[in-house]
Amino acid sequence: MNNYTLSELSKSLHNGNLSSVELTQYYLDLIKIHNGRLNAFITVNEENAMIQAQVADQRLQQGTAGILTGIPIAHKDIFCTKGVRTSCASKMLDKFIAPYDATIVEKINAAGMVTLGKTNMDEFAMGSSNETSFYGKVRNPWNTSHVPGGSSGGSAAAVAAGLTPIATGTDTGGSIRQPASLCNLTGLKPTYGRISRYGMIAFASSLDQAGPMAKNARDAAMLLNTMAGFDRRDSTSVNCNVPDYTANLDESIEGLTIGLPKEYFDDALDNDIATTIENAIKIYESIGAIIKEVALPNTKLAIPTYYIIAPAECSSNLSRMDGVRFGHRCEDPKDLTDLYERSRGEGFGEEVKRRIMIGTYALSAGYYDTYYLKAQQCRHLISNDFQQVFNDVNVIMCPTTPTTAFKFGEKMNDPVSMYLADIYTISANLAGLPSISIPANFLNNLPIGMQIIGNYFDESYLLNIANRYQQITAWHQKIPNTYG
Amino acid sequence: MKWEVVIGLEVHVQLATKTKMFSNASTAYGAKPNTQACAIDLGLPGVLPILNKEAVKMAIKFGLAIDAKLTHRSIFERKNYFYPDLPKGYQISQFKTPIVGSGQLNIELEDGSEKIIGITRAHLEEDAGKSLHDYFQGQTGIDLNRAGIPLLEIVSEPDIRSAKEAVAYMKKIYSLVCYLEICDGNMQEGSFRCDTNVSIRSIGEINLGARVELKNINSFRNVERAINVEVKRQIEIIERDGKVFQETRLYDDHKNITLVMRKKEETQDYRYFPDPDLLPLVLEKEMIEQVRMTLPELPDARRNRFITDMNLSFYDASALTSYHQLADYYEVVLIKTDGQNPKLCANWVCDELLGTLNKFNLDITTSPVTAEQLGGILVRIIDNTISGKIAKQIFESLWKKEANNADDIIKSNNLKQITDSTIIEEMIDKVISNNTRQLKQYLGGKKQLFGFFVGQVMKVSKGKANPVEVNNLLKEKLIISIE
Repeated sequence: MNNYTLSELSKSLHNGNLSSVELTQYYLDLIKIHNGRLNAFITVNEENAMIQAQVADQRLQQGTAGILTGIPIAHKDIFCTKGVRTSCASKMLDKFIAPYDATIVEKINAAGMVTLGKTNMDEFAMGSSNETSFYGKVRNPWNTSHVPGGSSGGSAAAVAAGLTPIATGTDTGGSIRQPASLCNLTGLKPTYGRISRYGMIAFASSLDQAGPMAKNARDAAMLLNTMAGFDRRDSTSVNCNVPDYTANLDESIEGLTIGLPKEYFDDALDNDIATTIENAIKIYESIGAIIKEVALPNTKLAIPTYYIIAPAECSSNLSRMDGVRFGHRCEDPKDLTDLYERSRGEGFGEEVKRRIMIGTYALSAGYYDTYYLKAQQCRHLISNDFQQVFNDVNVIMCPTTPTTAFKFGEKMNDPVSMYLADIYTISANLAGLPSISIPANFLNNLPIGMQIIGNYFDESYLLNIANRYQQITAWHQKIPNTYG
Repeated sequence: MKWEVVIGLEVHVQLATKTKMFSNASTAYGAKPNTQACAIDLGLPGVLPILNKEAVKMAIKFGLAIDAKLTHRSIFERKNYFYPDLPKGYQISQFKTPIVGSGQLNIELEDGSEKIIGITRAHLEEDAGKSLHDYFQGQTGIDLNRAGIPLLEIVSEPDIRSAKEAVAYMKKIYSLVCYLEICDGNMQEGSFRCDTNVSIRSIGEINLGARVELKNINSFRNVERAINVEVKRQIEIIERDGKVFQETRLYDDHKNITLVMRKKEETQDYRYFPDPDLLPLVLEKEMIEQVRMTLPELPDARRNRFITDMNLSFYDASALTSYHQLADYYEVVLIKTDGQNPKLCANWVCDELLGTLNKFNLDITTSPVTAEQLGGILVRIIDNTISGKIAKQIFESLWKKEANNADDIIKSNNLKQITDSTIIEEMIDKVISNNTRQLKQYLGGKKQLFGFFVGQVMKVSKGKANPVEVNNLLKEKLIISIE
């Protein structure tokens, strides 16, 4: 079952070979078996899932079902789900039952998909290894002594291990693409504004974007069809036409011009990963793509820029977790200051606190111009670099991550080396560009991903390019041993 | 040494939108605590603000009314601080780019002179909730019904030089926002609030003295009292060779003193930065022109029209146009009386009506006597059906809701004025013959007794005789008596 695509599952559900109740039960059973080891789910809601599955079966019988009706899905625990704990993997929200559904959850429910549960993640999406979760680390199904990546590590592990056919994730600096790369998945971060952020607990509002984490480009396209679109509840969502992302998947890519940014292929890049990308490029050349070297001269500014803007925004976004209206409240506060200090001190983990402090500092009087304002200027430079490059090429190809999945504890005590895990993914967030990571190789039985960055609203094109590769290669079909 | 007082005001106007600045929750006052606070107002995880376009239009309206520069592209910023009634841990406000830039306002002083007060800026922001300290023993309750109500904060230049000027300025802003119908003007409910910056310097000094901010003064009277007491405090300190510190003080209106609330070194760093959840607010020309079309006649223009067209005094015209509901009332009275005697109408509205309203602590919007009813009384004065004295009786009856209109009262109580000279002459004859002693005295030179005769005739007529006619006829009769 782990190798079935969404299309195949949909077909079986529609022709009656399979009911949604059976399919849902199958995944729930697998979660029971494997979640203890992988820790991919924070919350599994069997009862809800079975009710949704029954309703889906009715729709399938009545002929009112859509293509995704009855197919199970898992949501990153950053999306509000009505009546269900929405924790963001933080002690702070351990007891927070969201009173409303995020827009994308609403849309996915309306499509008739069945929510299996909420997946583990780095606390408030801050991390690249899924080691910062209040609920414990997530293990990589390819090698359980390695990290799955983060912050959408639970979603990645769940899909890779076949505990769900597809999952949602969010990406602020690489949080969809990096775990997708480390778990052999196809993960898409759409253009900023393509998907509503309403009900998605904010980390860094100007960078956050939701997206699908799937086994292949076609599955990702099918879910994106449901997730994308303008939402009047999110002022930053863009009111422009949503194409059928599955329509152009098989189109020829002849004449596609691929840019290889020389700054991404410097000496620091691991040889095996460099070779992986070179081989992938050769395949693209063989089906008609043209390769060009391009320059993104401000690449070196991306990490420092990101680590000003994201913490600045998060320091403000997380202020509402004050112990007053919801979330963790300390025992017997002696006064207001004590209530704030202990509730927040106890509720937030180390990495979250570190970023709140960095962000608070960066926005302080006297430092704002030096840090925040300067970072915004750098952000413009980085965006401009991409716009220059897109005058010459259609897409940019590069590694998703500098290494394969690393071992637990390897980077936990060295925040800067952890931050460097996102070195290739962060620029797309700063520029708001769509970007996809696809499986491209293995090293020591650990997956290696390749990243394709496109121009604004070119998701359809990216999925087409990814799908063409997946029609020729089989990396994306490999599944981890234990989870066949 | 002589001191100059320097004052700048920050007026907070709650905009009269139906829904909140960034959510669809109702802004109606007086609901049970937290029944008008939705997920967005509560600052729940994951929610996002959506800008209320009505609030934007109201801000534009104000900007146009004070002839201010409107900012083509303004940005909402987050003002970060922790307080229990501030749900998100930040207030969405405007900092570097207020929607309304510099403008100005004319104020009229008590001596009749005018003064221009500069307005630095006006920006949009959301109100905070309320902390309720009296409901739960040892605990504080939070009511978030007010959280997210749109505010327009109007900041003046430090052009104000006395408490009286400050009140005149505040009243002018009040009148203007009510005219524009962008504020319900309900000061008891906190729709119109004011922070006052007060400093003093010796006359001739160019640099400003240390500025003290007086927080949240919610009546015109208290603005005046608070400024006076604060100025006195500052002068006393300096004259004792002390130093006034820049700080925030609260006015205690029971004790009539100001008390320190926050010293300068405790000033918070609000860490303003552009709110990434909201797009920059761009004012398109078309939108501005649309709003311009909805501008009503403004107080100054209306006052000048009353002076020119109705021939009213500056004083009466200013009084009548200080509230748009009052000016509207007056204009309805004018229509009802076909504009035959604007001065009479103005006197009645300013004296009789406002005097009675004040006595009963009512205002024009709650007047028991409608403009149509008052017009109905005045029509009968103008056409000589009744005297002013009878008119006052009728006004009282209408006030007490004893009847629906003046004509009914005139008819049922037979109050129609007696203008028929033969009837009046009969009355005079009767009075003269009944008061021969007074007649002799009058004829003997005690001319002040004329009034006595008028009074007697009016009494006989039960107040209905036309006083002018009585005067004229009485003069004739008494002259005849001499002869």
